[in-house]
Amino acid sequence: MIPEFGQFALVVGLVCAFLQTTVPLVGAYKNIPAWISVARPAAQAQFLSLAVSFACLVYVFIQNDFSVLYAAQNSNTKLPLEFRISAVWGAHEGSLLLWALVLALWTYAVTIFSKKIPDVMIARVLAVMGFISIGFMLFILVTSNPFTRIFPAPLEGRDLNPLLQDFGLIIHPPMLYMGYVGLSVAFAFAIAAMLAGRLDAAWARWSRPWTSIAWVFLTLGIALGSWWAYYELGWGGWWFWDPVENASFMPWLVATALMHSLAVTEKRGCFKAWTVLLAVFAFSLSLLGTFLVRSGVLTSVHSFASDPERGLFILIFLIIVVGGSLILYAWRAPAIKSTSKFKFFSKENALLMNNILLIVAAASILLGTLYPLVIDALGVGKISVGPPYFNSVFVPIMVPLIVLMGVGVLIRWKEDNFQRIQKHVFKYVVISLALGVLSAWFMPHLTIGAVIGVTVAWWVVLSMSFNFMQRFKNRELSISALQKTPRSYYGMHIAHIGIAVFTVGVTLTSIYSTEKDVMLTPGQSYSMAGYEFKFAGAKRIVGPNYQGERGKVIVTQDDQVIAVMEPEKRIYTVQRSPMTEAAIDAGLTRDLFVAMGEPRGTEGGWALRLYHKPYIRWIWLGCIIMGIGGLLAATDKRYSKAK
Amino acid sequence: MLKLKFILPFIIFSLLVVLLFVGLSNDPRKVPSPLVGKPTPGFELPQLKDPSKSFNPDMLKGKVWLLNIWASWCSGCRVEHPILNELAKRKMLTMVGFNYKDTNDDATKWLAQFGNPYDVVATDQDGSVGFDYGVYGVPETFFIDKKGIIRYKHIGPVSYKDLTEKLIPLIKQLKAET
Repeated sequence: MIPEFGQFALVVGLVCAFLQTTVPLVGAYKNIPAWISVARPAAQAQFLSLAVSFACLVYVFIQNDFSVLYAAQNSNTKLPLEFRISAVWGAHEGSLLLWALVLALWTYAVTIFSKKIPDVMIARVLAVMGFISIGFMLFILVTSNPFTRIFPAPLEGRDLNPLLQDFGLIIHPPMLYMGYVGLSVAFAFAIAAMLAGRLDAAWARWSRPWTSIAWVFLTLGIALGSWWAYYELGWGGWWFWDPVENASFMPWLVATALMHSLAVTEKRGCFKAWTVLLAVFAFSLSLLGTFLVRSGVLTSVHSFASDPERGLFILIFLIIVVGGSLILYAWRAPAIKSTSKFKFFSKENALLMNNILLIVAAASILLGTLYPLVIDALGVGKISVGPPYFNSVFVPIMVPLIVLMGVGVLIRWKEDNFQRIQKHVFKYVVISLALGVLSAWFMPHLTIGAVIGVTVAWWVVLSMSFNFMQRFKNRELSISALQKTPRSYYGMHIAHIGIAVFTVGVTLTSIYSTEKDVMLTPGQSYSMAGYEFKFAGAKRIVGPNYQGERGKVIVTQDDQVIAVMEPEKRIYTVQRSPMTEAAIDAGLTRDLFVAMGEPRGTEGGWALRLYHKPYIRWIWLGCIIMGIGGLLAATDKRYSKAK
Repeated sequence: MLKLKFILPFIIFSLLVVLLFVGLSNDPRKVPSPLVGKPTPGFELPQLKDPSKSFNPDMLKGKVWLLNIWASWCSGCRVEHPILNELAKRKMLTMVGFNYKDTNDDATKWLAQFGNPYDVVATDQDGSVGFDYGVYGVPETFFIDKKGIIRYKHIGPVSYKDLTEKLIPLIKQLKAET
């Protein structure tokens, strides 16, 4: 009964979404207050229905009800409880239901935190979000129903893909979806503003906190995915330019651009048309990402399940949503008038440069991701575009962007001259160059790349700190002054410093990492990067749903034991897939990473892969700092004040 | 009132949609290869282990073998690699690696890390021979019978299921032929 009830709740949710879309839209058009006021309760009922539906699916997994096909395919009685729950979103059907649930959650949040916004505006926003919900719920019910039964029910399920049996995977998809789907709020505000024909600065102000929160989730979601790939795939890498990674990174780049252009639209009343377009793009890329991942048009490590029929459905939905938005844009945007002018050397233009660089970066990733499709469509053959393309295109765009970031914050709105800031700029350029060379000096060998990377990071930190202190030039620096400083002011500076930390991590890891494949018999050791890795043999282990071998490697530095590492090689019983569980000794300045290869010889020898990864933690640390910055900016008091 | 500047995003999007439609109909895993049923295109390529030696498909006349296209930069190859190692352990057929658009250094390191299932690896650094084989997405695997005819082409990573349900029966069938 429970699965049927879950499906019924989903249908109820669909009906609610339908009401949420049609009634308020007509109400807003004809100005009927009663119809407008349907939006909030309908949206809340839709969320409730989806939450019930999702809870039913979780229950099916917890109870090991293998009469439900989706559970039979993705779970197993021997699977530990926490993974039975995360298995709910481990494959296509359930992850879509999660998508729909997250969208309903955002919609619900909009109904709660929008008391200050005119009802007619909110009615339109909720209608747009309801329309997207309809698309996804229809998609689930028509092509990917997670509640489908099978008869006879199998005694045992086929188990969850072992790659996904991991803590990172419990939280990575929900985080990422919060980010992806969160961009629908800014999108809905933009569409609502266009529908109303009121593209003033107000919609930008309302959208800003939502965009920032979605961006925080997206940042953390991507970082989690990268962290997971690092320790679980056992390749020692943290980013692979895989199509699915790109699918999450493109919306991030556009959302970053959107946050900056929203600031210009709100504060200065310019870039209005451009900001609307960015809001449409950011969410469109989320949908495109879903399409790429779920349709199987591109082969990827992540495409665990893909199906062209489903692809067609998403593509049609994409055409309606994105095509419709862009037609609306073509119709409404020409009427937009900028309300202010600015000079060439101004913060407006600096932010425009930021937008251009971010969009060029996103476009070149889109190109690299879709290029195999283009070649295919032209019938010239098929190709894969690998990391060399992405690295060589992406890095040259990012370096000027980060340099610009340090200058941009110093420039004033509307009109400024370089003479005013040149003294500071030169001073900090020289100091950061000196600090950059000095920092790189302490690394094993000096390279140009490291000097550039670290100098740029110092430059950002120095100019951000300087700019932060500018606020206290004419007032006393005291606890109360710090308390009165708006959160968004802290947020902006902190997020940018996060970028600097991230840059250091990426630079030093990619330049100074060492790796070595060795064959060690028990008792033998190998020295690398000043550490001595001593292999102490491997023994058999039996887990709940796997068997394998666990090695023991004792790491010493100057005869001091630093870490005892226990990498594992597992064979999961049901799917028969081998998995490498790397052992990692994490540290602020370096990670040691040991992965097991294959057993060699007759004396208990093993092929081992050793990594020394300097500063790799800084990559994710930087992302966390960016997230904190974004969170501070989004929770600034002025957004909750009436206006 | 409509201006080109504002319609442009819609036009670009329309082009993208056409592209995605074509992409959708060209399912990367299902396109039949024109090479199936034809003899293997001849080539002579240096071997990875010893570039002074060369490999050509005629050397394997009379044997059932597979040609696995891979590269160290290809993420799908890492996914299928354990499966190939598994197949190699069964010693059912000669396994030839075809290292595509890669450097010998990277390829050697990669095999040292993930294991080497291949009896021999041919290196096609500029991808010119790969072109004759219609390589369009790495990894790809060709199955060749005793007469040197390509009998099947698997596109994308080989999964454990592909191996047990499709490929092993196929190999047995090819070996039974005279």
